[in-house]
Amino acid sequence: MEKTEILIVCTHDEILKTIVRLIDSNSTMHGTGANSLEQALTLFKSTAFQLVLLGAGLEPQEEEELILNLNRSNRKVPIVYHYGGGSGLLFTEIYQALGK
Amino acid sequence: MSKSVLHTAESRDKSDHGWLKSYHTFSFGGNYNPERIQFGALRVLNDDWVNGGMGFGEHPHDNMEIISIPLSGALQHEDSMNNIAVIESGEIQVMSAGTGIYHKEFNKNENEPAAFLQIWLFPNQRNVEPRYQQQRYSDRSIPNEFQQILSPDPSEGSVWIYQNAWFNIADFDMEKSTDYKLKNKDNGLYVFMLKGSASVGTQALNERDGYGIWDTDEVTIRTAKGSKILLMEVPMNY
Repeated sequence: MEKTEILIVCTHDEILKTIVRLIDSNSTMHGTGANSLEQALTLFKSTAFQLVLLGAGLEPQEEEELILNLNRSNRKVPIVYHYGGGSGLLFTEIYQALGK
Repeated sequence: MSKSVLHTAESRDKSDHGWLKSYHTFSFGGNYNPERIQFGALRVLNDDWVNGGMGFGEHPHDNMEIISIPLSGALQHEDSMNNIAVIESGEIQVMSAGTGIYHKEFNKNENEPAAFLQIWLFPNQRNVEPRYQQQRYSDRSIPNEFQQILSPDPSEGSVWIYQNAWFNIADFDMEKSTDYKLKNKDNGLYVFMLKGSASVGTQALNERDGYGIWDTDEVTIRTAKGSKILLMEVPMNY
């Protein structure tokens, strides 16, 4: 079965690793982490993501630039803020964003 | 015309991890119910029961206002901001997770369970510097009066968070009617019945029921003898 590809952007490395691990623990999903604006933009060009989770740490202007660029590349991919940093809200955020 | 939503105690999702029993008013962890996501900025209301000596190992949080209110027993808290503290019944703890923190919390007592509310609110600012605050409120309690225990304003004396929210708590040893005036017309009030029974407007509530009401300026709460209530005023749009 094809997995839902999810890009997670968060500058806090430990939290980023935790979110990727949690996503990968779901057999229907695959998470890829980016800890900077530049890395997120590069990864977005090379992989067909179905969802982008915007976690903690980017400066407001970086968030703005990221959203602008991602929308320019593929407006159909939802970009949602991730809150909480762990498993509490993560899957609800994903299911809501994917319209499940 | 006011709007309202009732979440009965029985309708809450329950998770049982052996050492932890948790009742979730809203979707949490692996439990997803699209009809039960949040009440405005109030996103998590977990009613947790932790066995003696057990607890939550180190785990991260970011961009969330996390409020713990012990109802019985005591919790040992340690976090990545070097805070080491014990919180117990009669106290409230807040953490603004902001750019990211790690913490762990355990039942301080080996032989008795601890019960506490874990409440998460969406912040009104993302990526703030993480902060921690703890306060005993029970020393200032007046029987049969609501007492403010949380606000957005440090000068109000209670603990504060990055959100336009106000929490009040009260124990009642007599029947009483109280009119609660909302601080902001865009806020709603979520009433959580900790013990006993009450009515909010025409809605009767029993132990651990939750009731949210919005598009109103004032709410009348009639409490029964022996009741305990938590009021959470939160923005409906945040």
